[in-house]
Amino acid sequence: MITLEHMLVLSGLLFALSVAGIFINRKNVILLLMCIELLLLSANFNFVAFSRYLGNIDGQVFVFFILTVAAAESAIGLAILVVLFRQRRSIDVEDMASLKG
Amino acid sequence: MLVQFLFYAFAAVLLGSAFGVITSRNPVHSALYLVLAFFTSAGLWLLIEAEFLAIVLVLVYVGAVMVLFLFVVMMLDINAEEVRKGFTRYAWLGWLTVLAVAFEIVGVVVVRRMGVDVTRVPVPVAADHSNTADLGAVLYTRYVYPFELAAVLLLVAIVAAIVLTMRKRKGLKLQDINAQVATQARDRVRIIKMAAERRE
Amino acid sequence: MTHTMNPNLLLAIPLLPLGAAILAGLFGRLIGRTLASVVTIAGVAGALLLSLQVLRQLMFEGAPVYNDTVYTWLVTDGIRMQVGFLVDRLTVLMMVVVTFVSLCVHVYTIGYMHDDAGYQRFFSYISLFTFAMLMLVMANNFMQLFFGWEAVGVVSYLLIGFWYTRPTAIFANMKAFLVNRVGDFGFVLGIAGVVYFTGSLDYTDAFAAAPAIASKTLVLLPGHTWSAITVICICLFIGAMGKSAQMPLHVWLPDSMEGPTPISALIHAATMVTAGIFMVARMSPLFELSETALSTVLVIGATTALFMGFLGIVSNDIKRVVAYSTLSQLGYMTVALGVSAYSVAIFHLMTHAFFKALLFLAAGAVIIAMHHEQDMRKMGGLRHRMPVTYWTSLIGALALIGTPFFSGFYSKDALIEAVSESHRAGAGYAYVCVLLGVFITALYTFRMIFMTFHGKERLDHHAQDHFHDVGWDMKAPLVALAIPSLLIGFFTIQPVLFGNYFGSAIQVAEHNDVVAEIGHHFEGPVAFALHGPLGAPFWLALSGVVCAWLFFLRNPSWAAAVQSRLTGLHTLLVNKYYFDWFNENVLARASRGLGTLLWKAGDQAVIDGTLVNGSAAAVNWFAGIARRIQTGYLYSYALWMVVGLAVLLGWFLLKAH
Repeated sequence: MITLEHMLVLSGLLFALSVAGIFINRKNVILLLMCIELLLLSANFNFVAFSRYLGNIDGQVFVFFILTVAAAESAIGLAILVVLFRQRRSIDVEDMASLKG
Repeated sequence: MLVQFLFYAFAAVLLGSAFGVITSRNPVHSALYLVLAFFTSAGLWLLIEAEFLAIVLVLVYVGAVMVLFLFVVMMLDINAEEVRKGFTRYAWLGWLTVLAVAFEIVGVVVVRRMGVDVTRVPVPVAADHSNTADLGAVLYTRYVYPFELAAVLLLVAIVAAIVLTMRKRKGLKLQDINAQVATQARDRVRIIKMAAERRE
Repeated sequence: MTHTMNPNLLLAIPLLPLGAAILAGLFGRLIGRTLASVVTIAGVAGALLLSLQVLRQLMFEGAPVYNDTVYTWLVTDGIRMQVGFLVDRLTVLMMVVVTFVSLCVHVYTIGYMHDDAGYQRFFSYISLFTFAMLMLVMANNFMQLFFGWEAVGVVSYLLIGFWYTRPTAIFANMKAFLVNRVGDFGFVLGIAGVVYFTGSLDYTDAFAAAPAIASKTLVLLPGHTWSAITVICICLFIGAMGKSAQMPLHVWLPDSMEGPTPISALIHAATMVTAGIFMVARMSPLFELSETALSTVLVIGATTALFMGFLGIVSNDIKRVVAYSTLSQLGYMTVALGVSAYSVAIFHLMTHAFFKALLFLAAGAVIIAMHHEQDMRKMGGLRHRMPVTYWTSLIGALALIGTPFFSGFYSKDALIEAVSESHRAGAGYAYVCVLLGVFITALYTFRMIFMTFHGKERLDHHAQDHFHDVGWDMKAPLVALAIPSLLIGFFTIQPVLFGNYFGSAIQVAEHNDVVAEIGHHFEGPVAFALHGPLGAPFWLALSGVVCAWLFFLRNPSWAAAVQSRLTGLHTLLVNKYYFDWFNENVLARASRGLGTLLWKAGDQAVIDGTLVNGSAAAVNWFAGIARRIQTGYLYSYALWMVVGLAVLLGWFLLKAH
């Protein structure tokens, strides 16, 4: 059988890979957004796993909400990306440093 | 045994596609790898009998979000070469961090366990048990307000996305209904008096 | 007929001069010179009449002692700060003396300040002073006492520096102010001690609680236990030392002669400087509990009485001679306090107020007549030119040296007898001091009289040309003061000292009651005066007068000879025992050095440099480092988040179960 340990290690590795993606693709905003989707997926893995392995349905409700929020987030994130691209003809993160102290 | 085999197979595909997402040079490829990752995730969730969420993941993510991603990636004229510049410059740092985080997470899960019995198996359910009915039972009772809030959130996101991306092009011809309705005869026809002219 | 006093009437007594002072001070330009003086004189005269009415009620109509609160300012932690009046016979005596002398001085001022531009201002000040002094003596709590105490100090400061364009006047008023701060420091500590131990600012409560605290002790320095009541009394007396100019806090009084003469008479002879004496007498229930404190009072008073008298002999400034005489007489009063003869001290205070004010005003008349010449070496033979001044000041001088039947005789003789009856530690020393002081007093007083009014005229051309006797506006107060100087002792010694005049206002422990001892063989004022020539003080005073005659009138060369023989002593006296030198070069310089040190090292280096600018620099430095972290790049923030995550996970991994 698949134990809880299996699922948690899998989600941990998925999480680590998506973090690595953030560093590797640090200049490309669209890939950053994709990596964030992966991060959320790994978090969802944890919720689903705990919900099922502890017999508590609430965890899955949380996943449901996370999916909602993630959808909204990617919609707005992509909208911002489009606006950004229109403004600068680029999606390079290094161009977005106007907050530098 | 079959279940275990399926788990390892799906897990391998999931990690492989995740690796593909973060390393492929073409954003379109990345998006497609991400689609694959979502599909395999849905399979894994099916394996542990979270059927509703598995279907929703496919419908919402693969059907909506990833299409949106692909649409944006293809719409924007991204100079992939420029974006890829300095790809390996901080890669070692990224990999180092990832190794540390992965090692630590696995360590925490496997060694420390944080008071959780990680060797347990999913709570068994009857063959005709409906995961969807379970979820619906709480979603529309205990979580009805958060559910409505989530709906409002989606609405806000739709409005925000539209507002952000809407723009007026110059030279665009639009119908102004107000002006049309409010118009009067004298705005359209001008009556002038003039002396009669002799036909030549 | 017994009826209590009307509080509105009592309230009117201090408020009349206050109102007049406000009118003359704030609207002086508007109402003009004449009206300003009329208003203030009317205010003080009204206060005098009301005081006399209160005196009549207390003395002859048997009105009970008035002790009540008229206004509560604030209550904090059970301590009530309020305005209230305690009017008993001690208070009313002071009220009458203060208002009477003040009235004389007001009238005198018309002539003295006639040509001065600050005419209205001066009247405003002296009326304000009268108000403050009345508040002081009428107080029924320490808070109001302190208010009056400081208020008279402020007016004194203003008046010493009345001619504020003179650098010496500014120096003198600053000096008076600073020296009084030293005394006030002790006074405040004393009041704080009273509040701490009795929990009340009210006289009645504090005095009632006083016997209970007699056994309490206080640890001021580790290992040294002090009786609480002694500490309180000595602190209070330090305040009295500042105000009543006892050694070593006397240095401001001679310099205060920079002020106009009327205020020297009013403030620095008759009233304000006696506030310390009054205060100690008022606090007699406290002081009676501490033998140590009374001995301290006694020794300091005796020292002041004798050694300040010496200075009068070498001074050539007519006002300064009178000032040193005041110091010496204040020392006498303090001695009386020290031997528990509070009533004698107050009695001497009263007689002294009259004759010393008289002497000051007479000196002022001479100064005006001489066209602002104060040096006695340039006077002489003035008795023909200004007879009224001569005779009145002669009365003052005779009263001062203690001629039988004069007021000063009764108070001073009673005082000396009281000292001789006392068995307190230091009483022997004090007795020698006061006896010698009698001789010294006679010597310098008649040196002044002889040098000013007798002998050859030594006027310079300027004074010669401008000499003019003063008018009756200035002579009348002299006469008005000469009468009580002559008579008041004769008529009041019986009731004030031996007739239980003060009642419960002054409390003396039975074994300390030296006044009662004298009372046993007191057979009326005439007999008392006739016994005078049988005692040492009379002969000492007489020999003083004779010596003054010999040395300063008949053979002035003898004085010069003595002076050349005793140059060291003379230098010491001329330099006033080097108190000023010590204060300026040791205390003031040390204070300035300390201040500079604290300024440079404490304020500029530590506070400004290290704390204020240092913290700013630290923030700046830290921000300079921190801003490198704030790259503005998304991935660096993400990196830090992940680093935080790694640290958190590492802690989970490594921490013990």
